[in-house]
Amino acid sequence: MGGMPGSIYDVAVIGGGVVGCAVLRELARYDLKLLLLEKEADLAEGISKGNSGVIHAGFNVPARSLKARTNVAGLGLIYPLASTLGVPHRKTGKLVVALADEDRPRLEELKAQGDKSGVPGLEIVDAAAIRRLEPLARGRWALYSPHSGIISPYELTIALAECAWQNGAEVLLEAPVEAVGTDDGMFLLTTPKGTFTARRVVNCAGLFSDEVARLAGIDDYRIFPYRGEYLISDKDCGLRLGMPVYPVPTKDDPGLGIHATPTLEGHIILGPSAEPVADKRDQASTREVAARLKAEAGRLMPELAGLSFIHSYTGIRPKLVDPAGRDRFADFVVEESRTRPGWISLVGIESPGLTAAPALAEMVVAMIGTDMGLTMKAEFRPDLPVRRRFAAADDDDRRARVAGDADWGEMVCRCEHVTRAEVVSALRNPFGARTLDAVKRRTRCGMGRCQGGFCTPRIVEILQDEGVPVDRITKRGGGSRLFYGRLKD
Amino acid sequence: MKEPERIETCDVAVIGGGPAGLAAALGARRAGAGEVLLIEREKALGGILNQCIHDGFGLFLYKETISGPEYAERLIEDVAREPIKVETGAMVLDLSPDRLLRVNSRGGYRLIRAGAVILAMGCRERTRDMIEIPGTRPAGVFTAGSAQNLVNLQNLRIGHSAVILGSGDIGLIMARRLVFEGVAVKGVFEILPWASGLERNVRQCLMDFAIPLELRSTVVEIRGRDRVESVITAQVDDSLAPVAGTERVVPCDTLLLSVGLIPENELSKRAGVELSPLTGGAVVDESLMTSVAGVFSCGNVLHIHDVADWASFEGFAAGERAARYAAGERAAGRTVRVAAGPAVRYALPQLVTAGREGVEWSFRVTRPLRNVQIVVRGTATGQVFARKKFTRLLPSELQKIAVRTAIEEDIEVGCHE
Repeated sequence: MGGMPGSIYDVAVIGGGVVGCAVLRELARYDLKLLLLEKEADLAEGISKGNSGVIHAGFNVPARSLKARTNVAGLGLIYPLASTLGVPHRKTGKLVVALADEDRPRLEELKAQGDKSGVPGLEIVDAAAIRRLEPLARGRWALYSPHSGIISPYELTIALAECAWQNGAEVLLEAPVEAVGTDDGMFLLTTPKGTFTARRVVNCAGLFSDEVARLAGIDDYRIFPYRGEYLISDKDCGLRLGMPVYPVPTKDDPGLGIHATPTLEGHIILGPSAEPVADKRDQASTREVAARLKAEAGRLMPELAGLSFIHSYTGIRPKLVDPAGRDRFADFVVEESRTRPGWISLVGIESPGLTAAPALAEMVVAMIGTDMGLTMKAEFRPDLPVRRRFAAADDDDRRARVAGDADWGEMVCRCEHVTRAEVVSALRNPFGARTLDAVKRRTRCGMGRCQGGFCTPRIVEILQDEGVPVDRITKRGGGSRLFYGRLKD
Repeated sequence: MKEPERIETCDVAVIGGGPAGLAAALGARRAGAGEVLLIEREKALGGILNQCIHDGFGLFLYKETISGPEYAERLIEDVAREPIKVETGAMVLDLSPDRLLRVNSRGGYRLIRAGAVILAMGCRERTRDMIEIPGTRPAGVFTAGSAQNLVNLQNLRIGHSAVILGSGDIGLIMARRLVFEGVAVKGVFEILPWASGLERNVRQCLMDFAIPLELRSTVVEIRGRDRVESVITAQVDDSLAPVAGTERVVPCDTLLLSVGLIPENELSKRAGVELSPLTGGAVVDESLMTSVAGVFSCGNVLHIHDVADWASFEGFAAGERAARYAAGERAAGRTVRVAAGPAVRYALPQLVTAGREGVEWSFRVTRPLRNVQIVVRGTATGQVFARKKFTRLLPSELQKIAVRTAIEEDIEVGCHE
């Protein structure tokens, strides 16, 4: 936790998504007093949890764009970064599949675009190669990208923040910036948890980056929310998808098309749709889209037609493209305000923002470094203590853990085999995130096929043991309370 | 230094200490099994019975109606009188086809080899996403069994006004329970034209408390950002699709789901046990043995029961057979297959050793029926082995039919006018 209203921060980062947390960690290499302000009750509560979790290679975006440059640079950074931080990830490769011969020119275009951007290893492959690379996929031709992969986006976000925290950065949750003032060249950020003074501000507020900029008097941006719905299959669906499989994107699709992506645990994710919505918080899922996702997946891979699903989720893209306008492409915006020097905004960081995040972070540090002397910390620690899940440990390791601490012997989650030790450790995270979803993202409790049916009552007990009063137990903070007191005293 | 792997042993290991597992441990012991190990993942024995504080248990086993905890208590006392080794707070994480169990508890992580294994892990509830209810994802959506745990065991107020989707028994019981606790229950919505729960529960839990039961209707959307604010209900057509124009906004802060139970066969799958798509449980023979030799199944992990007593009876039988297996007894001979015939959803056991006499089947029908006969007959010869008249049959009820004579051919259990 952190956040001292009295003190002056060198840099305040607004927004605890993957971009904000990457920026925070990159800045934590230097002798700077840092603060991250997040409006929600946990990190990664916005765009960073509602996406496909794909590491993009960079061929989907126009060459020379900032999107392409930060994507290709991020591709080189994200694998070693994930390894250093111990974040689950895998270089799987990826296929963009053309079902008919007439779609081949689109693949050639994508390949040419990727080659121009310096995307490594792209090749057009034929039907036989498709089946060899991914037995579930089929098509006439495909673009194969060997360096694409998958990663747990919220685990990356949390790990980035924990690493920054370990190196002295402070993180404050449930601290939405409600007003921005200036005083003697410094920014005063007012939140319900106090007003914080910072020399520099990095606005990584994602969907709300336009509104946060406006608080500082910068009226340069307008975010258009595009909703994307997803479905997740059971791990035991009987199908093992090896790599993400995408359709050939149509020119007018605001997304990359409805695709199938494996998760690191073996689920298959279908989605997303791409639909402009009026409300940035409108994360409702719809019957129509669920049906469309299934139909599209079946068209792409017939075996997916009968898949059963255990969960659905929705993400909102922060687009700079007006659905009513003619432009279909808008680049990432990363700039320091001319009218408010010292205020840097990152706006429109949609796909491939997850892959690009480490590169965007380096970019921001370079911008800050040009007008602020940056001194490297002598003792920066880039990694995190190794935390191996009990479920992934072997017999000897398990035996030793339980012998050392009986909490490893108490199973909380039946489906994902999560122990009390892991739940307690998650609840004692440095940021004070103590919602059910915070536990879920850190331990996988509730992500299995019972979807929390069994473990929720257990976690509710542990939360109380850890000192959270019944009325403060929430799904994800705010008004998402689970209980209204006790029935009888 | 890596210490050598220690593997403990027992004759019969029972996984799960609910109504089936408790009975299975007793059955095994009474049939002469030496070391019987009963493994329960909760802190106390009893399984789901502990949160079922209503009565209606024990009518068949004890010839009187008692509450769930009382029913559990009787079985637990019987277990305590036997030299049965009980481990609570212990969860079996893995089961191999050669009956090696990996068990974790606060007391230690251990490997145990069992002469026979009885699966009695019970079931879990179907969730919101399995039935794909669209809308927002607020707090306030609970499965009925989770809600029962939170209300009855943890004394927590889960809401002020509730809608219940699905008319499974737990949903019906919880409707009444919530009314007792001052929660406004707006109604129970059931997509089928009939209730999924027992008739007595519809009467005693809904009708007696004037809680509306709306058949052929469902929840088509959940609304509310942080906490449930309302649900949209709609009527459905014969294909169970919502009928446009019948939508209704029902304000509530809680949605309980009682939309079906699924046998919890995660461990069974790890052991390679063949499962039936009709029951969601193991395919078993008349000794309740699964496709993996020495692994038996009983209770709700085998198929969903309507009352706990039948799960216990199945447990006693599985225990006895497992004890005999652990002692070296093996069934000989070919097996015949048992199919579900007209209007029968499933008949269990699905396999019978040829020549076996006195086999009894559990079955469920697909829809409510009146004045019908359930007939067991040979699929090839048409020979009738048993015939039983029923004035009424409901899908919510588990029924039985027995055959006295030996069976030598594949058979079918079907319904005939």
